[in-house]
Formats: sequence, C-alpha cells, structure tokens
Amino acid sequence: MRLEPVANPSLLRTTVPPAIAIGSTVVIASLLAMAAGANPFSVLGLILKGAFGSKFALLETLNRATPLIFTGLSVAVAFRARLWNIGAEAQLYAGALITVVLGTGLLQWGAFALLPTLVIASVLAGALVLLVPALLKVRFGVDEVVTTLLFNFIFLLFISMLLEGPLKDPMGMGWPKSERLISEARLPRIVDGLRLHWGFALALIAAVVVWVIERRTTLGYEMRAVGLNREAAGFAGIPVNTVLIKTALLSGGLAALAGFSEVAGLKGNLTLDLSPGFGYTGIVVAMLALLNPLAVIAAALFVAGIFVGADSMSRAVGVPSYLADIMLATALLLMVLAILLTRFRVVRE
Amino acid sequence: MTGAEAAQVVLRLDSITKRFGKLVANDAVSLSLREGEVIALLGENGAGKTTLMNILFGQYTADEGAVEVFGQTLPPGNPRAALDAGVGMVHQHFTLADNMTVLENITLGTRSLFSPRLDRAAARDKLAKLSADFGLQVHPDARVGSLTVGERQRVEILKALYRDARILILDEPTAVLTPQETEDLFATLRKAVKLGLSVVFISHKLHEVMAISDRVLILRHGRLVAERPIAEVDEETLAALMVGSEVSAPRVAAGQPGAALLRLHEVTTPDRGSAPGLKRVSLSLHGGQITGLAGVSGNGQGELADLIGGLTGPDTGRLELDGAHLQSWSPREAVHAGIARIPEDRHKTGTIAEFDLIENAILESYARPPYSRSGWMNWGRAEAFTREIIDTYDVRCPGPGTRIRLLSGGNMQKLILGRVLEADPRIILANQPVRGLDIGAVNYVHSQLLAARDRGAAVLLISEDLDEIMALSDVIHVISEGRLSPGFARGTMTPAELGVWMAGQGFEKETAHAS
Repeated sequence: MRLEPVANPSLLRTTVPPAIAIGSTVVIASLLAMAAGANPFSVLGLILKGAFGSKFALLETLNRATPLIFTGLSVAVAFRARLWNIGAEAQLYAGALITVVLGTGLLQWGAFALLPTLVIASVLAGALVLLVPALLKVRFGVDEVVTTLLFNFIFLLFISMLLEGPLKDPMGMGWPKSERLISEARLPRIVDGLRLHWGFALALIAAVVVWVIERRTTLGYEMRAVGLNREAAGFAGIPVNTVLIKTALLSGGLAALAGFSEVAGLKGNLTLDLSPGFGYTGIVVAMLALLNPLAVIAAALFVAGIFVGADSMSRAVGVPSYLADIMLATALLLMVLAILLTRFRVVRE
Repeated sequence: MTGAEAAQVVLRLDSITKRFGKLVANDAVSLSLREGEVIALLGENGAGKTTLMNILFGQYTADEGAVEVFGQTLPPGNPRAALDAGVGMVHQHFTLADNMTVLENITLGTRSLFSPRLDRAAARDKLAKLSADFGLQVHPDARVGSLTVGERQRVEILKALYRDARILILDEPTAVLTPQETEDLFATLRKAVKLGLSVVFISHKLHEVMAISDRVLILRHGRLVAERPIAEVDEETLAALMVGSEVSAPRVAAGQPGAALLRLHEVTTPDRGSAPGLKRVSLSLHGGQITGLAGVSGNGQGELADLIGGLTGPDTGRLELDGAHLQSWSPREAVHAGIARIPEDRHKTGTIAEFDLIENAILESYARPPYSRSGWMNWGRAEAFTREIIDTYDVRCPGPGTRIRLLSGGNMQKLILGRVLEADPRIILANQPVRGLDIGAVNYVHSQLLAARDRGAAVLLISEDLDEIMALSDVIHVISEGRLSPGFARGTMTPAELGVWMAGQGFEKETAHAS
C-alpha cells in the first residue's frame, strides 16, 4: 500500500474523515467511561453540560481557552514557517515574569498607561526567549526542537529560583509565590459581575491580527513561502534567516501574552503552577486548527471545553478526569490521520 | 538481420490498455521483441513509454491486455515476475548504493537473507566472465561513489546481466553520457545482441535510435502510431511520426553580439561533495548572444549557475556586472540587476508547489511596488500581473488561483519564463530550461530565449543536450571537471570534437601546449 496525493479533493473527502475522527473520539471515550463503570451517555452529557451547559460553565471554558488561544497562535505562526517552537511554555512564563516584575509596584502608573506597557513588555520578553534558539538555528544549525524544549525546563527552574529568592512574597507564609499585582495592573472584567476578563478579548484580537499578517503582509507571504519550500524561497531572494528570526519574535511574543493574561486577568500573582502545560497544549490546538489563526479560536474552545467539562463530570460521577487527556490525545491522533486522508488516497499495489 | 524473421519471440505485449481516470496512457499497444533484436521505443514525454514499461514490470496493472515473456503470461501486478522471467531494466536514474563496492552492488538482493555464507569467489568469477563477454570493464572492488556516470551505467547493466537477464530494457540510457560513452554503450549492446540477448531501447533522440535499433516503434498520446524497420526510415520521417506534424524547430539566425554585460575573471569556487568547483573560470556574456555551456552533468554547471544566480560567491577571482567589479551578489540583487534566472529544477527551486500561480508569479518581485508597499501586499496587482503572464505566455491552467503543482511541467516553465522575462532582463541564465518538456513546449521556450536575445539580452544556456546547445548557441563553451574550454563560434565544432572536450581531454592538450 502507498499514498497518492489527491489533486482536487472533493467536499466529501475534506469533510468526512474529520467527522469520523471526532465520532471515533467520542466512541473511544464512551468505552473508557463504561470500563470505569459509568453510563457513557451520561458521562458525555455531563462533559458537554460541564463545559457549555450554564453561564458559569461557559465563562469557565472561555477563561480556560484564553491562554490556549495565545499559545495556539504562537505555535501556529512558528509551524507555518517550519520553525518548530516547542518552547511556548517558557515564553509564557517569560511574559508572566515580566508582568509581576513591573506590575507589583515598580511602575506606579494608571491602568491606561500600565496595561499597554505590560503587554509590550511581555511580548518583548517572550520574543527574547525564543530569539536565542532561533539565532542558534540560523547561525550554527542547532536543532530548535531540542533547544526550545530543553529551555522550558531551564526557564521553569529559573522562575523557581526567583520565587524562592528575590521575587518571594514576604507575606506569603513561606510559599514560593510572588507578590500580588497592584490593582492598576489587573485586567478588568469585560462585564461587571461575570468572571471573564479582557484577556479573552485580547486573544481574539491577536488571532485576527495574526490572520491579517499571514494573508495581507509581505512578512506573512515570506513566512508561508519559507515554510512550504525553503530552497525555492531562498532562490527567489526571500531572506530566509531574517524571516525565521522575525517569525520567532512574533511566536515568542504571542506565547508570552498567555502568561501576561493569566497573571493579570486571573491569578494576580506568579506561582509555579501558573500553567498546567498551556505551552504544550498549544501545539495540540495549533495542529487541530491546521495552523489557521482563526480556527485556533475554535480549537482552543474545543480543548478547553473538554478539560473544563471533564473536571465537572469527574466531580459528579467519579470517572477520573484523566479522561480529558485521553480524549484530547485521541482527537489529535485521529485528526492528524484524517487530515492525511483528506489530502492522500490509499492505493493498493 | 535476415534470420530475425525466423527468430523466436521473447517478449510480447498484447493490446495493453491503461487508463488513469479520463486519461488513456496506453491505448491497445501491442509489440513483440525477437531474440537478438534491438527495438527502439520512440515518443515524446508523456507519450506512454514509461507507463508501458511499468506495466511490463508489474508496477501498474493493465486495464486490458497481457504480457508474455518467453511464451509465459506474466501475472499482472507482480514486480518480481518480470525479473524472474529474465527481463532486466536499466533505469535513467541509477539505483546503486554509493558507499558499496561494485561487486556488493551487483550481488545485492540476489542471495537469500538466511544464506549462511557469502559466496564471494563464485560471484567474482561470474562477474569477471560477464565483464569479458560484454566488454564492460569495471573494477569489482571499486566503490560506486568514486565511479564516473558511464561506469555506473555499466554496473547497472552488469547488475541486470548477473541476474541472468535475457531481455534488457534501457530507459533513456544516453541522457547522462558523453558522445564517446554513448558509443561504448552501443558497442556493448551490439555484443549483447550477438550473444542472443534482446534489447528495448527507450529514447527520444532520433540519431541514436537510427544508430542502434533494428526496428522502431513510435508512441504518440498512448497509441502505437507506427512500426518500421530502421532501414526504411530517416530522422525526418521519425520526427514527423513522433509529433504528428512537421517539426517546426525555431530557425536560428546568428545573433548580433553587443557589449559584455557580465564577466567572470579567473573565478574559483570550492568543491561541493563529489561535484567539482569552478577552476579559474573566465567567461564573458555579451548582449545579443546566446552562450551555450555544454558538458556532462555534475561538472561544475551547478556551481556556475549558483554564482551568477547570486546563491554563492567565489573563493578567488572577480565578477564584473556592467563594468562594475563586485565580490558577489544576493539572489535579490541579481534580480534587481536584471539577471533572469530559470533554475534547473522547476519543482524544487523554481516554484513552491503548494502556492497558487499568483503567489508563484511574484516570488521574486513581491517586496517592491506595485505588489507591496510598506509591508502590505497588493494582491489585486499581483493577480493582474499573473493574468498577464497567463495570456502572454499561454499558460494552460484553470485560473490564477490554481496551485502550481497541478500544472504540467511545460505550463509551469511558461509561468517561470513569464515571471523572469516580464521584468525585461538584460542577462538570462537558463539552466536546463527544456528538460522534461514535450516538443511543443521546448520550441516555445527556445523561441522565447531567441526573442530575448534579439532584444539585446545576454543568454547563458546550460544544457546536457548537445543538440540543443548546438542549435541555439552563438558561442559554445564546454565545462569539464570545473574547467571551462575556450569559446567556439557557431558551426566551428562537430559533436565529436565537443565530445572530446566534454570527456576532459582538450584541457590537457591546452596545458601541454602552454608548457
């Protein structure tokens, strides 16, 4: 058997395999729920209800989706240019770090001056963190998968050191956490009384901006060309290395906004459990979205919904919430397979 | 060949039909090959030659018809069947392991994985006998990576003979050979035929078909349109049968040489792996002239093209563009300076397969107005430009928004031509501009290059096809092992004389004279 590219995929071919992938994910999750001794229909119903079934649930899902939109965009932008940024986790913490350094009293400004400053500072911090692996790649050919991945661990240990030392909250009763942001540095809620902050709106704006960059600017054109065929891009005169560096700056900056938004919008301070792997989950989000910036929003909502819904389901019927991880992994693997089948047909030799 | 009529039929294809969707690649093609006979399969690219051989070798299953070897019908779709029945194929692109010796390559895959020991002595004896019988001299312990292209082809043929092939199929075997190596190959084939082998020779080079075959079969659009004994045809008849009408190759008048637009002075570039770098190459490209660069592939053509195209710089030596001395230039500077570049590999280097025609058309010019301003793309202008190319250069496509990988090679090349020629270039670097194109597209590309020359552009034509070089060039240089021959004016050299240079011999004579 071998794969043969399909010249003009029909509508059926582009829609059926992804639908089967989602369906199979649901079936596998149901079988696991049965194995755990629960009724699969009630489990799936509870997940859906827990994610989108009430105003509270929906807002919780939107809050959870916010950092995933940022990290998903970060990965989508980098992967578009075939820059394999596995380090969104470190860039996220870089954004969070600069937010607490500047926002806990160092800058005593009003919110209208302080919040934009924190956004810009976060973007720069994240960009700087990815700049190092990108420079190593274009200068010395060092594989960025290795450097960005390992940098996650280095950076987390660095944060840990700071939280045990200079950044440690003196009133924190010994816990490794930073001081709380001053109120001018906090992202306000979009609607009073509803637990949804402006970070979500910022994420939507970022997705549109990235989409515009990819479709309408020379940088976007260059990024796509470099990603699709580096040799042809270089031959035509596109400065491949410069494009990779610019892509790295954009990607790192987007991931850092996830850290800023989590600290300034939700948590208020920096701890070591700020991100339960948002940087890595961003890869899943970007892949599910086929690297399309606008589809990243939908993919992030889907992933966040499964996590939030599974938590709620787990509390109700006692099926472990690990089911969410399994569902996500299954969905990703099947989706990758489905995407392959939309573009290639299997030929029997 | 009086006995040929009575000789046994060793291979018979009976009404082979193969369809790919709506396209009929082979339409009821029948042929028979007798013992001790050479038949030529002649046709343009896309005429169905390769499909037919893939069916014989079980790579494809025919929709209708059967394949018979030595009277036995082969089971369809089984790649081993033809090999086991005694059919050997020498592919255009060699299938050898560079890091293994000749003997290892030849015996590779002939022994069972579970056989307890390697019977090297017997293998060596068999190889030595085959070498002697067929006049295929090659050292059994040489590493294949260190062999010349001609020697590698000998290894491929020996590989087939070692597997006791009685029928040899050669797919465009001369594409990579010098004229002298081609003569050696033909001598080998004549010996093989005397020893009772049969040969199918696939080619689109008419004089070679005339030289080696007993009978010629002509395929056009998947159909067998003619089958003639070679004694009854001449090259013009074959060409007419092949394309279906009189061939209208562009009539080439001599160019009007103008000023030198680009000069290389004693340029040297580093070797790249097994490919030699340029060795003190001096070259001037004059406006209004086509300069042809002949040579066997991998002798420094790529290095010269990369240098002029702005991808690399020289180790030593000087470049001169419009009288200005420059160290080197980037691809973008090359484009801005008016150097049009038609790359060797239009799929990998010339275009981005997943981009549409618009995105490919502006690949070299997107960074400047009107296609972009201050970083913002103007897709409307880009599409208008693409439509202009499609109309002017007759690019057959469903529309400018089509992904370029869906276009045929000829239409892809027309888009590249449009992209570079619309910028009104003064220097044109055409590296293998017609490789793999059908004869209609070949003539089109050539007429465009000639028109550009007549507008005063300096054209550097790099090709492995000596016929193409000799037909178009006002001046011919030969490149061998990175060294450049002096320029020969149109009509002063025969193919055989150029072949001597291509084999690297004229250079020694010249240094001998000098010393």
